[in-house]
Amino acid sequence: MRFGVVVFPGSNCDHDAWYSVTHNLGRPAEFLWHDSERLGDVDAVILPGGFSYGDYLRCGAIAKFSPIMKAVRKFAADGGLVAGICNGFQILTECGLLPGALIRNRGLKFICAPVGLRLESTNSPFTCSGKKGQILTIPIAHGEGCYTAEERILDELEAEDRVLFRYTNNPNGSARDIAGICNPGRNVLGMMPHPERATDPLMGSTDGLVVLQSMAASLTVHSR
Amino acid sequence: MSAITADVLARHNITPDEYQTILKLLDREPTFTELGIFSVMWSEHCSYKSSRIHLKKFPTRSKLVVQGPGENAGIIDIGQGYAIAFKIESHNHPSFIEPFQGAATGVGGILRDIFTMGARPIAVMDALRFGPLDDPQTGARNRRILEGVVSGIAHYGNCFGVPTVGGECVFETSYAGNPLVNVFALGVVRHEDIFYAKAAGVGNPVIYVGAKTGKDGVHGATMASAEFTEESAAKRPNVQVGDPFMEKLLLEACIEAMKTGAVVGIQDMGAAGLTCSTCEMGSRGNVGVEIDLMHVPQREKGMSPYEIMLSESQERMLLVAEKGRENEVFEVFRKWGLDAATIGVVIPENTLRVKDHGVVVAEIHNPALTDAAPVYDRPHDTAPYRTAPMQGPTFTSTDFLADLTTLLTSGDLCSKRYIWRQYDYMVRTNTTLGPGADAAIVRIKETGTSIAMSLDGNGRYCYLSPREGAKLIVAECCRNLSTVGALPVAATNNLNFGNPERPEIMAQLVEAIEGMAEACTFFETPITGGNVSLYNETRAGGELVAIFPTPVAGIVGLLPTQAPVTMPFKMADRDVVLLGGIGFCDDAQFGGTEYAKQVLDDLWGMPPAIDLEYEKRVQAAIRRIIAEGLAESSHDLSDGGLAVALAECCFSPGNIGASIMLDSGLRPEHLLFHEGPSRILLSTADAVRVGEIAAGFGVECPVIGKTVEGRLSIRNRDILLLDSPVETLNQQWEEALENLLQGAA
Repeated sequence: MRFGVVVFPGSNCDHDAWYSVTHNLGRPAEFLWHDSERLGDVDAVILPGGFSYGDYLRCGAIAKFSPIMKAVRKFAADGGLVAGICNGFQILTECGLLPGALIRNRGLKFICAPVGLRLESTNSPFTCSGKKGQILTIPIAHGEGCYTAEERILDELEAEDRVLFRYTNNPNGSARDIAGICNPGRNVLGMMPHPERATDPLMGSTDGLVVLQSMAASLTVHSR
Repeated sequence: MSAITADVLARHNITPDEYQTILKLLDREPTFTELGIFSVMWSEHCSYKSSRIHLKKFPTRSKLVVQGPGENAGIIDIGQGYAIAFKIESHNHPSFIEPFQGAATGVGGILRDIFTMGARPIAVMDALRFGPLDDPQTGARNRRILEGVVSGIAHYGNCFGVPTVGGECVFETSYAGNPLVNVFALGVVRHEDIFYAKAAGVGNPVIYVGAKTGKDGVHGATMASAEFTEESAAKRPNVQVGDPFMEKLLLEACIEAMKTGAVVGIQDMGAAGLTCSTCEMGSRGNVGVEIDLMHVPQREKGMSPYEIMLSESQERMLLVAEKGRENEVFEVFRKWGLDAATIGVVIPENTLRVKDHGVVVAEIHNPALTDAAPVYDRPHDTAPYRTAPMQGPTFTSTDFLADLTTLLTSGDLCSKRYIWRQYDYMVRTNTTLGPGADAAIVRIKETGTSIAMSLDGNGRYCYLSPREGAKLIVAECCRNLSTVGALPVAATNNLNFGNPERPEIMAQLVEAIEGMAEACTFFETPITGGNVSLYNETRAGGELVAIFPTPVAGIVGLLPTQAPVTMPFKMADRDVVLLGGIGFCDDAQFGGTEYAKQVLDDLWGMPPAIDLEYEKRVQAAIRRIIAEGLAESSHDLSDGGLAVALAECCFSPGNIGASIMLDSGLRPEHLLFHEGPSRILLSTADAVRVGEIAAGFGVECPVIGKTVEGRLSIRNRDILLLDSPVETLNQQWEEALENLLQGAA
């Protein structure tokens, strides 16, 4: 089982994601260059944090058009696991793989801080190793992390149990405290907090491992 | 033909004497382009003409130093085949004119200095100085400058992907018209991957990479070399605009290009842009560089050779590649979507030759621009400038808790969380100790070693005595590192001063340099590079205001990678130990304290006295105590003295406070708030062993109390001095900066 970490020009958490998978989770991972239309031999894709294409125009707006995203869409459509973290989440909403949008934080400032997250559902390949209601400490680092969507969509997300993480103390004004969601097929995750930054005791928390471990566990089951 | 009048020379900041030297060196009149080249290369900013003879006093060697001053950054060995490159630089003048872009490009410039040496930047810190946020006249502007500078740093560092892990931020009236933005950056590199800014190999192509050249920043270096006038704001076009995304691409592309083996030498285009990089690369390699400007990628049509040579457009690099292997280099830059063009060639003569469509527009012997640049021994045979009296007012406090609150809610001492939470201080997942600590710690994943770093400056101390102030700064910076268990090993510095042509200012500079040199020699932290920023003065309404002399030290230390020892008390019923002892203070030495500033609104006397020998022993003791795992918390005493340090140790979600019982003959104001050095607070479960270690180093080590839940109380000889719930103090401390920024205070 291999993880693929997409590298866009301007990705800057690509190495962190790779390191947390290879060193803290202990699974193989490789980098996938944005210019390629193929994903190769990977079983899960991480769209890492950063400022893809400088976040010009709008966060994630240009990454949407990159060649690799064609392959990612197809991979997702075929049921492959795709986890978008921070800028990756922004890209997934721009692509329409996830509903809603990430707008400027309430307060208009970039915020870097460990935050409390409540794991809202274990019914996903990204949270299946966790416990419902579990409180995790995972950092955020974003200027545009305020999740917003039409009421209808928010209702739908809740009705379908697709809100996977909520902030315990909403830092950015996100609608209904939403920090992470999945698609209807439950194989595409978007979350603003950085689980890869919380996978090593030296970094103050290992709570982010639950996401990677869940992915690894569900892939193992899947491949049986 | 040429119209080089006195007026033209003045606009180029070239003195008549300097012009005569230029005529002699060239043996003819310079072209306008050549005049421009001389003006930037001979500017204070590039030539260090006022400071150079004194900078030689700094220690620059140790067995760890791989590269000392003279390159883009200093490099020291950290073992196991790895090294770190680090340096500090100022962007003071641009940050006053355009705070956001000024600060952003300050970050960009120092990052390029690091990765041009082959090192990947892994940490940034900032030393910031602004005017008081609550000043009735300048407060609104000071608040706007702070907001702009902080967003600019955040914008650039966050997007580039380097963690901003710490720094300091102090407010003083003298910075109201002249804020300071000093940015420190540190990178990691394998020894065999270190690159130098040296041209070599006659016939090798000279390649330009990165952003296109525009008219922005023409003459930034000369601007940074003159004092401010109210008209400076009209120089806004001199401030460059930064693009951190471009810089990120440049970083990745340069590191990848270096790995091809086809790169001979590389230098960033910073101050003085293409001029400085072509001339210095040639000069360092004892060869020359010839370029034709028609090949330089340009952002707009019709730029003159003068403008192209002096442009300070950001995110550009110059490199020399091995002839015949250019394509390997170009391929990497194409992959990253960057412009790269061969603009010239390495020539055997030690000369800078600039052509425009084949016509020579400038031809200058490199040493004329570098070695022959003027060096001034500016008069400094006078007392350093100060107007503060030696004697202070008589005063008696009626409420020590109110005094403590005043200090904790002052701009200088309040929580800076509002600032640093705008910085991504965790990206790259190496930050084991981030902002708000005594020192920041970043681990090196590859080696099991961590790097601790701290920035320190104190304009008030240096104003009272530049020499003693500078020593205290170095001592505190080293103490900050030792307080987290690191051994200080090397330093960089940023010398921010006023106009060196005034002898009393020059005297400040010379004394500060000598004090810093003495302390750095003593602590075995050689200075491997740095920056001098002079002319930090503003002419406001006919009056010339110089900043307080503000040397800033950036010191790095080494320690094994491990869970860090942090500042807050961890649990109740632990012994609180004041390693180093209560220290000493008299009326004169109290005049530079934060208490004198915040409570008494005054400044007098002398900075605290320091015994360097004792300081070193205190630091050795705390490192040993930490190495033996005995310190549950550790925090050095500095601004605000014992009471402020104790309060800071109480600030954590656990709300662990302390019950302190002192036994001192000092008057209570001094006891609580004096800033004598060589003191570190720690909490421990084994005060006996801590005491043994301290005794072994000949260091006092009184147990001054116990940690308790929820309250901070301080008694001296059974007299209660202050008592407060920890939460109240914590909340006031946390909220102060935002209150000040809202203009509410």
